[in-house]
Amino acid sequence: MNYETHEYDVLVVGAGGAGLRAAIEASAGGATVGLLCKSLLGKAHTVMAEGGIAAALANVDDRDSWKVHFADTMRGGQNVNNWRMAEIHAREAPDRVRELEAWGAVFDRTTDGRILQRNFGGHRYPRLAHVGDRTGLEMIRTLQDHGIHRGMDVHMEFTVVAVLTSDGRAAGVFGYERERGRFKLFRAGAVILATGGLGRAYRITSNSWEGTGDGHSLAYRAGAELIDMEFIQFHPTGMIWPPSVQGILVTEGVRGEGGILLNKEGRRFMFDEIPEPYRNQTADNEEEGWRYTQGDKAARRPPELLTRDHVARCINREVKEGRGSEHGGVFLDISWIRKRMANAEDHIRRKLPSMYHQFKQLADIDITKEPMEVGPTTHYAMGGVFVDAETQMSTVPGLFAAGECAAGINGANRLGGNSLSDLLVFGKRAGEHAAAFARANSRPTADEAQIERAASEALAPFEPGRTENPYAIQHDLQDAMQRLVGIVRIEDEMREALGVLEDLKRRATAAAVHGHREYNPGWHTALDLGHLLTVSEAITRCAIERKESRGGHFREDYPEKAAEFGTMNIVVRQAAGGAMELRRIPIPAMPAELKQVIEEQSK
Amino acid sequence: MTQATFRVWRGDGTKGEFRDYTTGIVPGMVVLDAIHQIQATQATDLACRWNCKAGKCGSCSAEINGKPRLMCMTRLNELPIDEPVTVEPMRAFPPIRDLVTDVSWNFEAKKKIKPFKPRTPDAPDGTWRMAQADVDRVQEFRKCIECFLCQDVCHVLRDHAMHAQFIGPRFLTYAAALEMHPLDAEDRVSELRNLHGIGYCNITRCCTTVCPEHITITENAIIPLKERVVDRFYDPVSRLLRVFRG
Repeated sequence: MNYETHEYDVLVVGAGGAGLRAAIEASAGGATVGLLCKSLLGKAHTVMAEGGIAAALANVDDRDSWKVHFADTMRGGQNVNNWRMAEIHAREAPDRVRELEAWGAVFDRTTDGRILQRNFGGHRYPRLAHVGDRTGLEMIRTLQDHGIHRGMDVHMEFTVVAVLTSDGRAAGVFGYERERGRFKLFRAGAVILATGGLGRAYRITSNSWEGTGDGHSLAYRAGAELIDMEFIQFHPTGMIWPPSVQGILVTEGVRGEGGILLNKEGRRFMFDEIPEPYRNQTADNEEEGWRYTQGDKAARRPPELLTRDHVARCINREVKEGRGSEHGGVFLDISWIRKRMANAEDHIRRKLPSMYHQFKQLADIDITKEPMEVGPTTHYAMGGVFVDAETQMSTVPGLFAAGECAAGINGANRLGGNSLSDLLVFGKRAGEHAAAFARANSRPTADEAQIERAASEALAPFEPGRTENPYAIQHDLQDAMQRLVGIVRIEDEMREALGVLEDLKRRATAAAVHGHREYNPGWHTALDLGHLLTVSEAITRCAIERKESRGGHFREDYPEKAAEFGTMNIVVRQAAGGAMELRRIPIPAMPAELKQVIEEQSK
Repeated sequence: MTQATFRVWRGDGTKGEFRDYTTGIVPGMVVLDAIHQIQATQATDLACRWNCKAGKCGSCSAEINGKPRLMCMTRLNELPIDEPVTVEPMRAFPPIRDLVTDVSWNFEAKKKIKPFKPRTPDAPDGTWRMAQADVDRVQEFRKCIECFLCQDVCHVLRDHAMHAQFIGPRFLTYAAALEMHPLDAEDRVSELRNLHGIGYCNITRCCTTVCPEHITITENAIIPLKERVVDRFYDPVSRLLRVFRG
């Protein structure tokens, strides 16, 4: 078998925010580093992040601190988060943001010249460092431009087929470079998965073609455990019209800047239902909500800035009860601020330039003058590789994970802005600890049989006699997940989904590729199917197991929270026979000092 | 359903041809949707790059009816669809397959530019102070999504293939973002002249015209850099002073 071999101390799979930050840190730790990108460098899904990076810098409101950020994150995640990760994240995020500035990032400024912070859902104080509504681009470009001078090797447009192991330890990865379709073996002392999300398992999603759960599934197949897979974030505001833009994200920043949600009757329906834990922090009238968005420290948050899971369900309710817009969504209006503000149109264009551009160009809507039509879109996976909070190492020694493909920090629901800070905080930690691990242990060698197996699996779609179109299978999978394991779930439908997935698995074994190995998107689609099927099954099984409603997981047959599920997480792994095995694990008791923080902040 | 024909370039590094595909179109569709539809139903191996589908990542650059554009931001209702819509790869870069080109030169060009080097922090806690007014112009350049359409349309690269001597509008904009960064303490002026070939730009503004982010590349980035080069190397008074000072 023909393949090229590369060797590194640390191999990073994925070049979004987490992968780049990990690679930078591993290099700084003296490791030789290889960085694999699924696309070109700088195109990863991080560029789509719009609103900002959550960090308690306290530049805009000096009442903010890591403690408030920690409590907000736990409340948003409905207390099933890994509290240690939430603590580390809240404590370290400010340093990670300041570090970006030292590497050349240019955030929007306060009047006294510091990093400006904006309001976002579930964050008590203005906390998101941002650049208009293109913060993700700023972050990835800063990391990219800093990283390329740090001595790492970047391998672009590379598809990973398998994570290799040796005696239960990660030993590297095997895959092919897309341009020529040639196989490559990467031997490494430690492997970091930073592959992002899995939104492509759903029909309506904000994710690009890359978000097929690769890291989740590669880790699972290598023997690692996944956790919290039932928790999917449906972002409340995706574009819904015209059809071709369905799912594209509309930043929460619109609401942070004063945007309001209206049903077709013109009613501001978010005032209708305010969850108990947020009642004393939420405005009960429009006037107070507006003052909050304009920086009045005595005012409470408008209900549009409640957590994403709640806002998405309220929108769903309005549509279901017949008060939705023409195309099955609701209205998001920022143009109304003209009544409150001189130069409102300029202000909107300055604070939300890419939203202005996106609606103008793709939907013929001028957001400074008219409302946008929006509805929920599959956005983010709270679940992922089960990692150690301190080191980000998975249950497979030498295999690390960071960013969206790792899990723990977000619990049942992620707060907007916590993703970019998660990438930085835990990307850095993964890089640091992977470098240390590679230094402390010899480099393992994967046996040739594993490599042969990975190669033959990768080439299987070229075998003659296959008839299934991989794009059609992907489409059917997305349709089933959207219909049966979406924003509102019920046991019968999820059981039906398991049946559909079994059928799709059979069809996927007959997926055919036309043409040859050079830059063949049909081939990539066929291989992505395996990942999508694995994560879809994990989502569905865990969602059946959690018989309650919490955060991003809403069960019509169990619409309330259940105490027994509030103290445990669901873990999934591949059993010896190949079947998916679930177990419940108790959440460790929180130390007294963190409990006290939460109590203080719930007042 | 309305039908439209797309005349798509199919080929590899050595040869290629246009092939016609007819597909149904619905209101609001962009060129990338049509390419995806063709890919899913008629030509599963049709190679193209894309990621965000919202004009934010700069992956799906192509030449549509002869104009360098992002496929994801080109609405079909802006094009005359009673005739075939031609879609071909960027021509300033070596072809790989179908709509995919080898843009690796761009990553090499960027690496040659001296990286950001901040001045000493302003505050004891290691942070800096910058006014919004002072970062506005840098933020304009930092909107760049690296789609390389400006490189594609630049005649120095496209017609004269001077990739070895000239970094192109994208990286002049990148250099401008660094040079005009309020915190940056590096000096790139002599490299701009000697290594990056800024003199080859004769400000035809083609780059500015095609920029999907509407960055005023020529006036705001390139001309001010040219002025810095001129001030440093061609100003008669400072030349004279250099003679005396040695």
